Amino acid sequence: MSTTTDARREAPAGERIADWADGRLGIYSLAKANMRKIFPDHWSFMLGEICMYSFIIIILTGVYLTLFFHPSMNEVVYDGSYVPLQGMHMSEAFNSTMHISFDVRGGLLIRQIHHWAALIFLAGMFVHMMRVFFTGAFRKPREVNWLFGFLLFVLGMFTGFTGYSLPDDLLSGTGVRFMEGAIMSVPIVGTYLSFFLFGGEFPGGDFVARFYSVHILLLPGIMLGLMVAHLILVFYHKHTQFAGPGRTNKNVVGMPLLPVYMAKAGGFFFLVFGVIAVVAAIASINPIWAIGPYRPDQVSTGAQPDWYMGFSEGLIRVMPGWEINLWGHTLVLGVFIPLVIFPLVLATIAVYPFIESWITGDKREHHIADRPRNAPTRTAFGVAWITWYMVLLIGGGNDLWATHFHLSINVITWFVRIAFFVAPVLAFVATKRICLGLQRRDAAKVLHGRESGIIKRLPHGEFVEIHEPLDANARYKLTAHEQYKPAEIGPTVDENGVARKISRTQKLRAKLSKGYFGEGNQIPKPTAEEYEEITSGHGHH
Amino acid sequence: MSSQENSESLPEAQATAHGAVETAGDPFADPGLPAHKPRIQDIDERAAKRSERAVAFLFFLSMVATVGFIASYVIFPVDKIVFIFPFGHVSVLNFALGLTLGVALFCIGAGAVHWARTLMSDVEMPAERHEIAAPPEVKAQVLADFKQGAAESGFGRRKLIRNTMFGALALVPLSGVMLLRDLGTLPEDKLRHTMWSKGKALINMNTNEPLRPEDLTVGSLTFAKPEGLEETAEDFQTQIAKAALMLVRIKPEDIKDKRELEWSHQGIVAYSKICTHVGCPISLYEQQTHHVLCPCHQSTFDLSDGARVIFGPAGHALPQLRIGVNDEGYLEALGDFEEPVGPAFWERG
Ligand code: HEM
Ligand code: FES
Repeated sequence: MSTTTDARREAPAGERIADWADGRLGIYSLAKANMRKIFPDHWSFMLGEICMYSFIIIILTGVYLTLFFHPSMNEVVYDGSYVPLQGMHMSEAFNSTMHISFDVRGGLLIRQIHHWAALIFLAGMFVHMMRVFFTGAFRKPREVNWLFGFLLFVLGMFTGFTGYSLPDDLLSGTGVRFMEGAIMSVPIVGTYLSFFLFGGEFPGGDFVARFYSVHILLLPGIMLGLMVAHLILVFYHKHTQFAGPGRTNKNVVGMPLLPVYMAKAGGFFFLVFGVIAVVAAIASINPIWAIGPYRPDQVSTGAQPDWYMGFSEGLIRVMPGWEINLWGHTLVLGVFIPLVIFPLVLATIAVYPFIESWITGDKREHHIADRPRNAPTRTAFGVAWITWYMVLLIGGGNDLWATHFHLSINVITWFVRIAFFVAPVLAFVATKRICLGLQRRDAAKVLHGRESGIIKRLPHGEFVEIHEPLDANARYKLTAHEQYKPAEIGPTVDENGVARKISRTQKLRAKLSKGYFGEGNQIPKPTAEEYEEITSGHGHH
Repeated sequence: MSSQENSESLPEAQATAHGAVETAGDPFADPGLPAHKPRIQDIDERAAKRSERAVAFLFFLSMVATVGFIASYVIFPVDKIVFIFPFGHVSVLNFALGLTLGVALFCIGAGAVHWARTLMSDVEMPAERHEIAAPPEVKAQVLADFKQGAAESGFGRRKLIRNTMFGALALVPLSGVMLLRDLGTLPEDKLRHTMWSKGKALINMNTNEPLRPEDLTVGSLTFAKPEGLEETAEDFQTQIAKAALMLVRIKPEDIKDKRELEWSHQGIVAYSKICTHVGCPISLYEQQTHHVLCPCHQSTFDLSDGARVIFGPAGHALPQLRIGVNDEGYLEALGDFEEPVGPAFWERG
């Protein structure tokens, strides 16, 4: 009945605002594609969310801290309300952190939330990365996003390091000195790098201000960009999902963004924030007042970096103190080698997806998350890498292990040195065996059904356990994964009998491929024939 | 109710979900999406009401907690410390603010998640995926467009323009590199010198008084700084980072190193306190063996044998300072360290 103008006047306010925005931003088209976008559900998919939310929490609390923190190394005498430090010389940075902790109401809480969120952020990224790794979610088309995520992890480490160096306390100063020593070990340019970073000799009067701009602007800025790109790609690729009835490589099954995912994910932000706030209320972190201001000639025993820097600490602790003096120069291998291994440890996991895709030669898209057991070699590699990392973490706390377990430092150091080379190999072998065992069990379940726990006595007196056959859903789930065949080099002579040139890399690839997919390196899935044979008669015991 | 993308793929999937499950022949065929199982809230309005009340209660609790936060902020003084089991001595304000904030946030989250899980539709829907790579026509079009654009620019034809442009773009960042030059002074020989020089008295770090040989007893570790270096000095941190000294008294007959004995005064030896590994100050002393330990990475040095490394990652001995006694009977340096103190570096030699 009404004319268009009438209709427009009657439209509710929300719609009119949306119309306004649509005319300028095109929000309806955007919403059409995304408002009811489907997200699959699995607990491990929440790990990435933990990272995103802790990052947001860090930014919020970090901005608050900048309102009170003075990034200056000018010396002042403390006259705040914490009595034991009154009259002490300290930098303005330390002084203002004391002020935040003792004189600003809620300042301590925000500081502790900032620090706890940083620890959780890094731990979240580590576990999230491992989730992606073990499910093979890094495969095409997600390789670039794997690299974005990896970069976030590495940058997060350095943002954390520059952050906990800001208060200029005795513990963090020791860490900065460690970094200076490591930079100085770089051949030829190390001394210059160190002088340029510190504005001259260590510690000088510049590094807090320099770390500050790196910590609050440069690195978080890059990370924010990467995180947005990471999320855009997650949206664009759509999430991976585990195989299951109706869940294929061509679809994604789950619940729509509006309302379910929005409520769950939005709610989860508050859960993460709430938990971190409670932790910050009851567990103190980095109590700088107990540690005291930095002095290059003082140190506290049991100095430990934040956990994510622990593996570099392990490297530097267990390395023998090799030093080579030649032609008036010193090659500080005892420090420089750990400095080189540090990025190599990280790079090892970062490049793995590209190695795997080279070995499989698979150019297809993969959207089904692997069960780790179904990729035994990859899983074994991942566990080996984690083992490697953990060995170094143990090395980083060698003094703590020694005092807590009454061991000698010497023993621990040698344990770590040997385990650095041996433990990953053992972990690899053990993991692969476990995966193959699990694959065998899956195959048996498919063919013979699951153990029901009911024992039956046969007429001739034998006891057998009744196996319940699996339903079609379970059968599908256990057989949905693909299995590659090992790559073949092909005949070594061509059809004319002329020897074909086979490059080294081709041979290497064939060898690796056999190690991945050859006989004994994966358990063949049950075939339909086997299944028919067993179920159609004598099969059940 | 769902976007186009979803509804397109619905019929097919549902057909398989409710249709022939036993796909003839293949026992491992995809049986299709299972039918939705209703929750208790979907069929029992009373259960749904209960969920509704639970969600509302959580949101209400959050409001109460926020009021509690504001009240705590106003009530508790910032410097009040109390004992709360099992957390020990804590700041009441921090404790109250954190808990109330935590509860306020957590309850919003718990409410939202409970709402989603119990009351919002939990029907799972499939959405189709589309290949990421563009179809061939699109690719062909893009390549053609690019070729045309490139041809119109003359980029390939006018090599002079192209090469000079590359040259200009390659050079211009050099200005940025130049600007970094003043980030720091050059090392020159700064790392070879400390504040110590001939005639400088050794000042006790703790008492700020000059040291006499009698002040040092066997078995004790004493830290010293050069005369004239005050804590208030602007470059105190940078100077002490190199000049920090430790002194011990060892029975001269126990000193194994000949030069060490020569450079000592009646068995009092002075070594740099800065570890030669990566520069931590050394702080632990074992009286019987005259070993000192760096607490950072456990490098251990034998002070009775030229401070050589006997354990740990340090690469060379601690530098020794040559000391003597001045006319007034105070310990003094007889010169600077003869080699750089602290971590090794390329030019150290
Ligand atoms: C990925 C991001 C970040 C991480 C991992 C991180 C981590 C840290 C850590 C561990 C500290 C030491 C806190 C302490 O115990 O004292 C710190 C301090 C600080 N952060 Fe961050 N931070 C991040 C981002 C930010 C941002 C975006 C800002 C500001 C916009 C910021 C501002 C500050 C300030 C001002 C301090 C010094 C104050 C203090 O130490 O209390 N941070 N950061
Ligand atoms: S700094 Fe002394 S052992 Fe590393």
